[in-house]
Amino acid sequence: MRHALPMAQIGPQAEPMARAIGACVHCGFCLPSCPTYVELGEEMDSPRGRIILMKEALEGTIELEAALPHVDRCLGCLACVSACPSGVQYGELLTPFRAYAEPRRKRGVLERVQRRLVLQTLPYPRRLRLAARAARLARPVARVLPTSLATMLRLLPRELPAAQPLPHIVPAEGERRARVALLAGCAQQVLDPDITAAAIRVLARNGVEVVIPADQGCCGALASHTGAAAQARAHARATMAAFPRDVDAVITTAAGCGSGMQEYGTLLLGEPDHDDAAQFAGGVVDVCAFLAELGLREAPATRAPVTVAYQDACHLAHAQGVHSAPRQLLDAIVGVTLIEVPEAELCCGSAGTYNVEQPEIAAALGRRKAVNLSATGAHVVASGNIGCMTQISTHLSELGHDLPVLHTIQLLDRAYARTM
Amino acid sequence: MNDVVAALGGIGLGDRLLTGPAALAAFSSDAQTAFQQRAIAVVVAETVGEVQAAVRVCHAAGVPFVARGSGTSLSGGSLPVEGGVLIALNRMNRVLRVDADTRTAVVEPGVINLDVTRAATPHGLYYAPDPSSQSICTIGGNIAFNSGGAHCLLHGMTSNHVLGVRVVLPDGELAELGGPSAETPGPDWTGLFCGSEGLFGIVVEATLRLMPVPEAVRTSLAVYDSLEAAGDAVAQIVRAGLLPVALEIMDALAIEAAEASVKPGYPPGATALLIVELEGERDVVDADAARLDALLTASGAREFLATEDLDERALIWKGRKAAFSAVGWLAPDYIVQDGVVPRTRLGEALVEIGRMSEESGIRVANVFHAGDGNLHPLILFDSAVPGELERAERLGGDILRLCIALGGSITGEHGVGIEKREYLPLMYAPDDLAAMRRLRDGVDPAGLANPGKMLAPEAA
Repeated sequence: MRHALPMAQIGPQAEPMARAIGACVHCGFCLPSCPTYVELGEEMDSPRGRIILMKEALEGTIELEAALPHVDRCLGCLACVSACPSGVQYGELLTPFRAYAEPRRKRGVLERVQRRLVLQTLPYPRRLRLAARAARLARPVARVLPTSLATMLRLLPRELPAAQPLPHIVPAEGERRARVALLAGCAQQVLDPDITAAAIRVLARNGVEVVIPADQGCCGALASHTGAAAQARAHARATMAAFPRDVDAVITTAAGCGSGMQEYGTLLLGEPDHDDAAQFAGGVVDVCAFLAELGLREAPATRAPVTVAYQDACHLAHAQGVHSAPRQLLDAIVGVTLIEVPEAELCCGSAGTYNVEQPEIAAALGRRKAVNLSATGAHVVASGNIGCMTQISTHLSELGHDLPVLHTIQLLDRAYARTM
Repeated sequence: MNDVVAALGGIGLGDRLLTGPAALAAFSSDAQTAFQQRAIAVVVAETVGEVQAAVRVCHAAGVPFVARGSGTSLSGGSLPVEGGVLIALNRMNRVLRVDADTRTAVVEPGVINLDVTRAATPHGLYYAPDPSSQSICTIGGNIAFNSGGAHCLLHGMTSNHVLGVRVVLPDGELAELGGPSAETPGPDWTGLFCGSEGLFGIVVEATLRLMPVPEAVRTSLAVYDSLEAAGDAVAQIVRAGLLPVALEIMDALAIEAAEASVKPGYPPGATALLIVELEGERDVVDADAARLDALLTASGAREFLATEDLDERALIWKGRKAAFSAVGWLAPDYIVQDGVVPRTRLGEALVEIGRMSEESGIRVANVFHAGDGNLHPLILFDSAVPGELERAERLGGDILRLCIALGGSITGEHGVGIEKREYLPLMYAPDDLAAMRRLRDGVDPAGLANPGKMLAPEAA
């Protein structure tokens, strides 16, 4: 599509944004893949519609404020990228656009407070623990809170697992096949520390030495995907400084973090450390993609046959293009029958902070996902992202289906340990 | 103008009456982005009554209206008209019933083409017309443009599969055309409505013919060192009396685009690729397959493969069906043409298009329904390069003139829309065009239904 973006005025991020707009031919093949288009059925809430809106807002033919409600409604799930025959890198338009819009937009007081609350709490484990404790006290008054805050309360677990101190280095078992550095994940470490622990055990068992940098924090994905570019850049720089470079890969277990880190190059476009960031980003690999590529040393087996429904995390399947690796790993477990989920490509509505910002659409998608998952008759749901796991688990139990929802790596770990 | 919006506000659409700048911008074009036009309002209809009410408001005020499904027209068919209302039908997307005994489906106009087949599959049936955009294009638009598709070679176009329609005429009256079976007495009003490009009103319900899922389907892929050799193979297959359900050709550039995009894994190094699909009863397909393989070998195919595997077949078709959008990988802009030539003159047409492409310095990728001579030259250009757009448009025009000179047509399945209306007089004599106008005026005297599409406004 032709455009007339004021390139110089937008800055270095204009380049990838213009590329995405230019590649779109407006054919509409993205429409059926888009959760908000499927739910709302209006062109403004579709990928190609949003491309037009972002383009026109940047060109100045519509007000930024007119485009924003629809851009805000975008989950950033990038299912459209998987569906696009023209190769439009939608994420390379959306993320910089959100960063462009943030300082230029007007937000209401409540919205500002809520945004601050999320961005200043979720990525910081100590604050998140505190918040969860406060939330337990606030639960009785949840009914009188605004929907978005009530949603936050609902998604926070009633009981937090005890904090587990992490080792700094875990040697490979047997002959060493690779050496990696692991991102523990900030919110994930509070909500479900077993994921990181399981990843360490499975990696070590498969001959991988795992370094867990002690001074790591949030990778910045959450901030980056919600337009808080300055905070995202600070987190990115701190992360790059904390991680060693003499490793074969930087491993992530949360799809959102992985995709955020793989975008460091775009995030730091035009900055002096851009080249370093792009190089670092190139070494970031999801744990399942890494293990599938390396190959399991021995296939684990479950104690009893188990049916597993694998639900793609959008930031794994669509943003990172990791589709078959987790399926291969699950399929390799003796005793596991893997089943595909109807509408597997459709987002569950978690999408980072989306379920707080757009609670109605998020809940509709969450219910839809839970219905699809329970219809499979699976014993266990597997996924590759803590946000999705929390959302799916919440909506499954609201349907009365308390299926265990595990990270792919936890399933492998339990099969190895013969606890499943 | 404000009166019309106010009157539309009175039909109880609530927040489905869109007048904000974002909505008007997002709805300002379909898949033919060379044309952009903002409507004065968008009505997101959910019921027949709402469509009728909106059309009545427009009729009373003398305001034009345009119907739109998913907005995938390649000829600007669902482009809003200046000062007009856009009626979006994509939310009227229910399959009302599937009748396995009569092999019919009754659907709303916003039902996605592929969803008809999805609804019919449990009954062992499917909906045959398969435009490349079938995963998103809607039945209403398919009817308005008499859409084709790769498999229309054997099964015919949309008009062969629509038994009856309920339509809202340009004055808001509801009419039933055709009926539940193909044997409705009287003039073929349904046939007249199919392909009328929205000039006769809006389809609000359609009764579609379903076909039994064939027992066997076999897809062959043959690699050629020249486009002509592939074209000759098509002629030989048809001459031999074989009736494939689809006969498609892609040239090197189209193959390159498909590989860049959806990675169908076509045999590397092909100058031309011929896709032949056979379907039918097991023994018929087996017998035809043996003859086809012999023909392909004799036709000088460098290599060929055949498969009945569902996933492998799906991948072959995915590459073919994504080809238009996939050229987005090769050039920033493209124009897709839809000319038709008699099948016997296919080779001639391709050589000539190649020569014209070379002469103009504008690349052309070819992907086409070889079986029925429907070409889809994809003219690749970069509008940022001064003069390229004009040269590309000129080349497009020259290709259409070539098709007519060879005894063909300017459109096979995408419709005239706004894009090709200037070329209509090349095909039809003034008397023919006047007859078309009289017909339109008879149905829509005020000229409010999708005006300016197909028929250019008459010079004042």
